[in-house]
This record gives sequence, C-alpha cells and structure tokens, in this order.
Amino acid sequence: MYIRSASAVSPQASFNQMLSTPAVYTGDKLNCIEPDYSKYIDPKLIRRMSRIIKMGVAAAMEALKDAELSMPDAIITGTAYGCLADTDAFLSRMVEFNEELLSPTSFIQSTHNTVGAQIALMLHCHHYNNTYVHRGSSFEAAVLDTQSLLEEGEAENILVGAVDEIIENSHAIISRFGIYKESESNKLLNSGTDGTMAGEGASFFVFSKNKEQNSIAKLEDVKTYYKTGRKAENIIHNFLMENNVPVENLDLIILGNNGDSKTDEHYNTVAQHLFGGKRLVGYKNYCGEYPTSSAFALWMATMMIEHGKKINNATSPKKILIYNNYKLKYPSLYLLSAC
Amino acid sequence: MSQKVYIAGVGIISAIGNNVGENLASLKDGNAGMQQMERLQSVHKDKLPVAEVSLSNDELCSQLKLPNHISRSALLSTVAAKEAISNSGIDIHKWRTGFISATSVGGMDKTENFFTEFLADHQNGDLKNVVNHECGAVTEITADHLGIRDFVTTVSTACSSSANSIFLAARLIRQGFLDVVVAGGTDSLTKFTLNGFNTLMILDSQYCQPFDENRRGLNLGEGAGYLVLVSEKVAESMDQKPEIALSGWCNANDAHHQTASSPDGTGNYLAMKGALKKADLKPADIDYINLHGTGTNNNDIAEGTAIKNLFEGNYPPVSSTKSFTGHTLGASGAIEAVYSVLAIREGLIFPNLRFETQMKELPFAPVTELQHKELRNVMSNSFGFGGNCSSLIFSKVIG
Repeated sequence: MYIRSASAVSPQASFNQMLSTPAVYTGDKLNCIEPDYSKYIDPKLIRRMSRIIKMGVAAAMEALKDAELSMPDAIITGTAYGCLADTDAFLSRMVEFNEELLSPTSFIQSTHNTVGAQIALMLHCHHYNNTYVHRGSSFEAAVLDTQSLLEEGEAENILVGAVDEIIENSHAIISRFGIYKESESNKLLNSGTDGTMAGEGASFFVFSKNKEQNSIAKLEDVKTYYKTGRKAENIIHNFLMENNVPVENLDLIILGNNGDSKTDEHYNTVAQHLFGGKRLVGYKNYCGEYPTSSAFALWMATMMIEHGKKINNATSPKKILIYNNYKLKYPSLYLLSAC
Repeated sequence: MSQKVYIAGVGIISAIGNNVGENLASLKDGNAGMQQMERLQSVHKDKLPVAEVSLSNDELCSQLKLPNHISRSALLSTVAAKEAISNSGIDIHKWRTGFISATSVGGMDKTENFFTEFLADHQNGDLKNVVNHECGAVTEITADHLGIRDFVTTVSTACSSSANSIFLAARLIRQGFLDVVVAGGTDSLTKFTLNGFNTLMILDSQYCQPFDENRRGLNLGEGAGYLVLVSEKVAESMDQKPEIALSGWCNANDAHHQTASSPDGTGNYLAMKGALKKADLKPADIDYINLHGTGTNNNDIAEGTAIKNLFEGNYPPVSSTKSFTGHTLGASGAIEAVYSVLAIREGLIFPNLRFETQMKELPFAPVTELQHKELRNVMSNSFGFGGNCSSLIFSKVIG
C-alpha cells in the first residue's frame, strides 16, 4: 500500500522546523505544539472539543488536504488511552460530587472512538469507521486493519492515524510507576540513566491501494508481535528477508530507544548485531515516549522521504526501516520505500 | 476469497447465565436478568435496575485462579473465552490463533475506586487497581490466560465494539493471516457508565421495553461473549464440521451526532444493506433479526425505520434480547452474536420480553413468544456512540 500523505500534531511545530531547529523540552514530558484550529474546525465546534479531539481532527484534515482527498473510504484510529481529559473530567466530578450533578458532555466525548467519530461527523463520512485500543500496538492494529481492508477490496483510500494525550492526572499516575525522569529532550537519547520523558501526539495518513501521482512512499510491509518469545534480531532479520531487502539496501533505520538505560540496551544490541555502519536515528527526542509513538516515527520517515525527493542528493533516504518496541512487549516494524 | 469462515464454538456469561447452557435455558424460559443493583455500589441503587452477572469477583477469581485486583471485565472475558474454546474442541495451540477482544470500559471498574483515594492525595490509591485500566490490558489478561500470542488486539467503538472484533477475525482468516480466532468482547458494570447513561437520561427506572411504543430507556447489563471462528481448513479437520458460518458483515457510520442516531437510521440502514451485499443475500433471505433494540426512544425508532426501509414488505421476525440481558455495551455485539448462532443451531426465535404496544411509526412488531422455526440466515445488529453501526449475518452452511 502507498502513503499519499502524512500529517502530525506533535511536540514539533512542523517537519521543516524540526530539521532546522527542533523544539527542546526540559522536564519530564514533551507536550504538543497545537496549530491554529480555526483553519480546520468550525469555531463553534472548537469550544466543545477537548484537546485530543482537536489534535486528531486537525492532523486528519491536514492529511486529507495534502492527499487531495475529500472523502476517505474508511477512517481507522489507534489510541492506547483514548480521550483522557474527558474521561478524567467525568470521573473526577462523579467522585467529588458523589454521583450527582453531572453533565453528559464529557461522558459522551470519553469513548475511545470519539476522534474517529468526530472526523466522520465533520466529513459526513458514512463509510467504515473503526478504533483500536491495544496499548503499544494500537496504531499497528489500525494499520493492519487498513492493509486487510484494502486487500479485501472494501476500500481504495483510507484515513488512518493514532492519537494519545498527556493530562495532569494520567501523568501523575504513570509517574508513580517510576517511568519518567527530568531531562532535556535534546540530550534524552544519550542520558544513560533510568527513565524517559513522556510524549503525546496525533499523526494521520492517507493510505491507498494503488500508486497515485502524489504518493510519497510505499509501505512495503508492517508487522507487530505480542509478547513473542523470539529474539528481536531474528524478527527483524526475517522481516527483511521476507521483503527481499538485505540490510545493505537500507538507507536509514529509525529506532525507538527512549533514553531509558533499562531498555536502550535492547536497541543497542540490535543495532550492533544487525546494523553495523548504517545510518541510525532515534525519534523519541522529538516526540517523547507514548504507546502510539510509532505513528510519529512513520510520519517522520514519510516526511524524510518527501524532503529527500525535493533536495534529491546522495543522502536522500529511499529505503527506511522503523523498529520500535514499546516497553519491550510490542515489537513493531515498518519498511518504507520512496516512490 | 470466497473461503468460508465457520463458527466452531461459542462462550458466554451474562446476567441470565454463567455459560451457554444457562443462557439458552433462560432465553427459552423467558427469564430476564434485571433486578435491583446488588454488586455495583452506586447512590442510584434503588432507582436504576441493572442486569448483573450472578458470580462475585471472588467467585470468578477462584474459578479462574486469578488475583482479585483484576478488573471484572477481564474476569468475565476469561470465563466466556475459555468456554468458547472448550466448546469448539479445538487445540488452539496447533494453529495460528488470534484473540480479538473488545471493550468500552476496560478496567474502569477498578480505576473508579482508585480515583476516590487518588483525588484526595495524588500519592494515594493502590497502583494495582489502575495498572489494568487500559482496554488492551483487559484483553491481555485473557490472552495470557489462554496462551494466545499469534495476534492479540482490542477494538473499542462503544456499543458496537464486539461486532467489529468478530468481522475483523473473519477477514483475517479469509486472508490467510490466521487459522483460528477467538473473537468477541466484554464489559463489566461501572459507576462511570451508569452515571454517564443516567446524565443522558436514557436509563429506564423500570425493566426496559425495547421496540415498544411506550419505551422509556435502557437497563445496563454486563457480561462477555466470544466465538471461535475458524478457516475452512480447520473446519475440515474437526470431528464434526461446523454448520454455521459468518456470511456477511458491514461497518458503516451514521455521521449524524456523537451519541444520537439519525431519525431515519442512515448508518443502521447502510450497515444492514452492506452485510446483505457481503453475504450475497436479499432482504427476504433473512429469517430473524436480533435487534440492537436498546429500548431508548432514539435507537428503536432509528433502527426500526431502517428495517422498515430496507425490508419493505418482507419484515422478518425481530426481537431484542437486551430485554433479557440489559445493554452490555461493548459486549453486546458478541453476546448477541452468540444468541444468533444459538438461534440457528436450536431453530429458535427468542422473545422480546415485556412488549405491549406496537410502535406507531412501524408496520411490524417484535416476536413476543419463543418460536420454533428452522433458520438459515440470522442478522445481528450493533450500533454505538460515534455513529458506529455494524451488522453481522450468520448462516447455516448448506451441503
């Protein structure tokens, strides 16, 4: 399948900005730089929408615009945590007011499919609409459904994306598990201590079955595994073999190391054993760590290919592998080729 | 791509029974599961009846040998999924097996208790009660218990969630990605959903009356349902080849409002029509529709109008088994899929309990007494917040 467009609302203002002067964060989290939503959403609606919905809708609308597609044949979303702000608002009020004096607004926006539903509502899109909520493989499930739907012949062009947000209470709870540390995002990946920085973002793509004039890249393959007993090196090696792509042919490898020494060792081992001498880059210094961050990595890879086509020099990557392994439980692989 | 996907086994736990046999007996005897709230601790205890599973968390934990901090959603899921596998008689470890679950509340039953302490002081609250909050965490408890690893995921599209997990399973089997999939969904009763639906003023303080002119709203329920879907190859390997297949499905969106259905039930209509097309069937081929039929004013008129428009002149028998189980939210699609399979297997149309007056807008009324009839094709509808509409068609395999 082909990627016609990619768009992200992330802790980075834009891809170009990220290339020249990436936004740097100090503390234990990276928050999104939000766009001017009035470009995408009716001001009356903006007031009612929580942040995650606005971020998701803006990224989705931008992806559709870039693909020059007005009506997708399907809308598929991945989110690990769902609409946390609305869930938290309803839950907190319910506890504080002992189940009395509640208003329905935050409840009706708390369901995990709200972002996908709001996109459908704005587009008046009656087509297939689905939402996957499986922790570190939520976005991967959405992409696999996309692939399967295209193969089944039930769609030609699909809007697919991932959204997750940081809110104060979720951050306070997750922090108690000892996952985060205070750092500077530009030094995060080499920090060499335990813990990482939290992240968030919304990334949307238009995938199509056939190569179109404006296709940026071909997503050659995507794979995700659940608690596999197999070694990462074997999984990656087999993945490349199945796609007839020897390591030499890869121009760039994007890895999911997040600056936590406990898990970085895993990526270092993989890199040493498989990718000696290759160009390797991390991405979590730009977006932070969160369960659907691989969608940001796919956005970054797509943008690098598009940018590479424009400047067209020897360093322009034509084949990119992404390997992320959220909490070392959900290894996922993406292989992209320029087209 | 014409390969069939068979239903090799079913499992269920709901307010009307802890297994398939008990559920079937209740459906035949007309025994509904609603009563005064016992397990859920809510200030609305005396006002809002619910349909609770009779087993306590302690009983479920000791039956499954799982620790008691685990979400009730995961316990219900594990009971029903285990039954489905044992009912199928398949050794799932011999095949590429997936587990596709669905839930709308996930581990909220534990989180809402955690929050009481957490809000008082952010360092308070036992983290064990929030570690399985995510929907995917609930799925993994069951997947790990069953030893399924080849593919594990979770769908969440509110009240249509588990219908989506079932057709995804079928699609992945047809495409040769998996051989066997245990697919369905689970939801436990929580104060979060009870209060949420209460603020929308769509809960019935009496026992619900789906598709009745004087319906007042829905009763919430809880439970889990799973189907074991298998490829032609797996079906051939079984001692007795399954006789029921998932023949059609469709997911469409109403794109009308975040929670309310459009007056004509556009999404409902498109989902049913799409499922017929996928199954290559005509409206007249449908022998029974297991309705979404929540009992709310809005759902029943939208769904009823969509059926009126699609089945004009050929209205099949219809009923809402939510009159037995209450609305089990993310589990309802799978629970009703199990009932649809049982309807074909047993040759039964289940009654729509407490029905009194036909809706004046509709030219048909639901079935009120248990009917014995050979059924070839049964449609099951599931509609949810966010305009998510899904229809499934189960068919008896001929020849």
